[in-house]
Amino acid sequence: MLLESSRTFIEFLQDTSLFITVKSSHFISFVVPFYLGCIFLFSVLAYKYVRWIRNISKRQRRIMWRNLFSRKSWEALKETFMESLVHRKIYKRNPLLGYMHMSLAFGWFLMIFFGKVESSIFNHSLLDDPSFAIFFRFFVREKGLYPGQNTLSFIMDFLLLIVLSGVLLAIIKRFRSQLMGMKKTTRQTAIDKVALSALWWIFPLRLLSESVTAGLAHNGSFLTQTIGNLLVSIKLPLESMELFVWWAYSLDLCLFFACLPFSRYMHIFTEVVLIFLRKLGVRTTENFNGYSMVQLNACSRCGICIDACQLGFSAGVDNIQPVNFVADTRYRRLTAEVLNDCLMCDRCVEACPVGVESTLIRQQIRTKKVDENKLFYAYNQAEKARKKYNVIYFAGCMTHLTPGIITSMKKIFEEANERYWFMDEDKGLCCGRPLRQQGFIQQANELMLKNKELIVSSGIKLLVTSCPICYKTFKNDYRLNGMQIMHHTEYIDYLIKYGRIKVEKSKLGIVYHDPCELGRGCKIYDEPRRVLQSVGKLQRAEYERENAFCCGNTMGNSVLPSEKQQLVRNEALDMLTKSNPDILATACPLCKKTFAGGNRVKVKDIAEIVAENLEKSSNFEAE
Amino acid sequence: MEQKVLIIGAGVAGAEAAAQLAENGIRVCLLEKSAETGGNVKNWVKLFPDFTSAQDVRNGIFDKLKHPNIEVRTGVTVHKLAEENGQWIAEDQQGNRYEASAVLLASGFEPFDANRKEELGYGIYDNIITSIEFEKATKAGQLLTTQGNAPKRIAFLNCVGSRDEKVGNNYCSRVCCINAVKQAIEYKELVPDGEAYVFYMDLRMSGQCYEELYRRSQQDFSVNFIRGRISEASGTIDKRVQIKAEDTLTGLPLKITVDMLVLMVGMEPSEGTRLLARQNGIAGEYGFAQAAGTFLADNQTGKQGLFLAGTCKRPLTIPETLADARSASLQIMEYLK
Amino acid sequence: MKNFGFKISKPRAIDLDSADTSLYKKLVKVVPSLERCIMCGGCTATCSVNNHTEFNLRKCHLLFRRGQLDGLTQELDKCMLCGKCTLVCPRGVNTRAVVMNMRILLGCATYERRVSHAVGK
Repeated sequence: MLLESSRTFIEFLQDTSLFITVKSSHFISFVVPFYLGCIFLFSVLAYKYVRWIRNISKRQRRIMWRNLFSRKSWEALKETFMESLVHRKIYKRNPLLGYMHMSLAFGWFLMIFFGKVESSIFNHSLLDDPSFAIFFRFFVREKGLYPGQNTLSFIMDFLLLIVLSGVLLAIIKRFRSQLMGMKKTTRQTAIDKVALSALWWIFPLRLLSESVTAGLAHNGSFLTQTIGNLLVSIKLPLESMELFVWWAYSLDLCLFFACLPFSRYMHIFTEVVLIFLRKLGVRTTENFNGYSMVQLNACSRCGICIDACQLGFSAGVDNIQPVNFVADTRYRRLTAEVLNDCLMCDRCVEACPVGVESTLIRQQIRTKKVDENKLFYAYNQAEKARKKYNVIYFAGCMTHLTPGIITSMKKIFEEANERYWFMDEDKGLCCGRPLRQQGFIQQANELMLKNKELIVSSGIKLLVTSCPICYKTFKNDYRLNGMQIMHHTEYIDYLIKYGRIKVEKSKLGIVYHDPCELGRGCKIYDEPRRVLQSVGKLQRAEYERENAFCCGNTMGNSVLPSEKQQLVRNEALDMLTKSNPDILATACPLCKKTFAGGNRVKVKDIAEIVAENLEKSSNFEAE
Repeated sequence: MEQKVLIIGAGVAGAEAAAQLAENGIRVCLLEKSAETGGNVKNWVKLFPDFTSAQDVRNGIFDKLKHPNIEVRTGVTVHKLAEENGQWIAEDQQGNRYEASAVLLASGFEPFDANRKEELGYGIYDNIITSIEFEKATKAGQLLTTQGNAPKRIAFLNCVGSRDEKVGNNYCSRVCCINAVKQAIEYKELVPDGEAYVFYMDLRMSGQCYEELYRRSQQDFSVNFIRGRISEASGTIDKRVQIKAEDTLTGLPLKITVDMLVLMVGMEPSEGTRLLARQNGIAGEYGFAQAAGTFLADNQTGKQGLFLAGTCKRPLTIPETLADARSASLQIMEYLK
Repeated sequence: MKNFGFKISKPRAIDLDSADTSLYKKLVKVVPSLERCIMCGGCTATCSVNNHTEFNLRKCHLLFRRGQLDGLTQELDKCMLCGKCTLVCPRGVNTRAVVMNMRILLGCATYERRVSHAVGK
């Protein structure tokens, strides 16, 4: 029976185009390692991807399938091309580093593509043996066999040259990373090192194999033929070398393919999967799932996040950056310290060329199991709104430590004749985000439920908050349908725009610090700047908007000692006060308190600056 | 060449050292940034621990400046102090240069700016004042709230700007505890039926007669002491001040509404102290000037001819400052020999 | 006398000869700044959750330090981790980390996924 089935298998092979190769080249043994590597690689990839995608929630998977046959797939394809092959984002950051990635990825891709074109033309079939394209020069030794042979060999040689230049740069980068504008390069695991050496050898070996064959068969182009002739001229025993070098090339490919799924090079394929999933509507959720795994594996460990991390360059903490965190998680060696020591400022996420949302994954892993029976909290004292109001004002816990913001907001509300309900004036509850960030989900939900009940029962349609941390969670987690949520900077901007308050422009030079949760967290960049421009002279900071520094104080980090926090703060202050501003403006009570502690420059919240510069006569004239 | 000493700062330390040196036949040039001499002690009415009249003490110190060997220059802010070829040169804003063989830095302290503790509501709500403002207010013999009434209930908060990592000052200012006791007694003398509360983290009654004054404030004036740090103060609609603290000894959070809150502000190095100490490489951890040794060289610095006296080194009381100034003048005389 | 919300363990005296303070030693390894606490009560004074339920971080910490662990789990889950206490602490104690790690050490909160060197494991 076994014999019978194997015979049918051979018949099957003869029927398919695969056999063409075997026939035309009399089957060369060195393709076997290549095939084994390929089969192993793609089986592992298929197994992993199916498992991860099945692990994404049903609801999200449904969205994904629905979007698969829409314009979004096309967009994903476009993004794959721009990011996975051309590496546009890395190129924008540092051209040399971008070129290195592009030459390796895009160059290799084009080599496979043109190799396939070459072999398809030769075999008159698109479905010919894949290995035929890879080892084409060995199989096709004569010239003038098909149209365009010279042009295609030229292209192949040219691409090989490009890829080789990329490999050279990669080798230089490993030893001198400063050249690529990077301070440090990443730690390698053993399997990474094997895969890395295999990768470095692939193209030199290909060059050597093709050159040896060119030396014997004169089928090379400008690069391989030149080297081939050189090899002939130094009288190397090419005949006996030929099989040996092609074997080495195939074995090296096999080694690389076998290591790939367990090394950082897993990112090559996973990045494409990630781009597709993201474009098709899959989002990072509260729970660690297959999408998190895809993200973890899509990290190429390029190390760009290392340079973005303030804990690294200001406080000398060098083991917690996303590259390290992602690797630690993948290889199951994550410690509580690495997990919890993060400012959650999202500078790294903003810089990540692949778009790995490492901060959210951190939050997922922080999720803690709490015994239901052991929860004793009760938040019953919060008071409901007693009258009809137009606006809810939720100052936030921290804002109670910066009474300057509260009194200014009160003044602004009064100036705008707004009937407002100060929801957490006396017995407020926390918004729940600090608990959520630390993984106490049940308790956070309890707080949210209580707050939501108060908000909904008031019947008010606008909520203004002074704290960006609260703002973000009200906006994203509370699902307050039909309600408008505003940070006070947005609200003041709106009041000025519609003439409900009038401000006077002062001569103060103001530099604005983007709070992480308001800027990168909620993309509020323009409103605060517009408000500040109307009350003073806005100066630019060296790093602002998406690149703004974090003040160093955060609800996200439960490890960082205050001494290191101060180092982060001081460097941020150095950067912000370079233009010698009169006032450092922020829009977050936490940033305000932190910077004020630095005692370097007058720190004020936007609300305070506005309240101080309200046009005095506006009400007076009306009467 | 005639020996001449330059003293920067005409407060208690500077004036006392000038007088001692002049008595011993050394010519002194005393530079003061304000329009008149007197330093921080200008603000005081009565001094702890025995309610000595601050005016008497001032007279005792500053009358001695009328010595022929002393030249007092007020309104001079030294912004550069350096040694050139064995001579010390001080330069002021106008570019005037003062030359001397030795310099005594007596540039002193300045009170902590209470605005920096925003959660305590200073500068935001009414009736929250600093201990300095309390002194100024009681100069005329009465204490009034912004509404013009005598405060029925008053609270004093210790350690504002001292022993507080959040403002960068980990040190103890040493005088606030006893000063709070003194001011609480003064309040009780002005408003005998009023209630006084002193909030403290630790009470440090280490000076002579301090403990006795503390005892008297309890026995004779019924001052209440609550062990707990005030975390927040906020204004009420009727312009009173609501305070949140923990009564740590009962282990319960505590709220109290008072008519006036007095913040016992600590000592920080004055701007001149910071600047000149930094210029000469003798700036200590908090910006105070650092002496060469804790025990045997407390008036000397690492630089030949540059001496230190008084609160430019660390928080000191007035008697301590006087003693320190005398010791510094002895060291200078030794140096000039 | 006002009931604090949980009772101190039965014999109404702390017996430091028999008290087990090993958990405290683990705690200060993770949050070394706790050793600096001077019991000023600033944390409890500012605590947001005080308006809703009786929670006293300073006291919880002190009981934990003395090895009096009975009833602490019930107390600690009241904390909203809002971080106000960390902002007022004059000694720079990372008070939020204290609460979180006390909960983990007492076993009333555990990481869902395996974090190998997590506290208390």
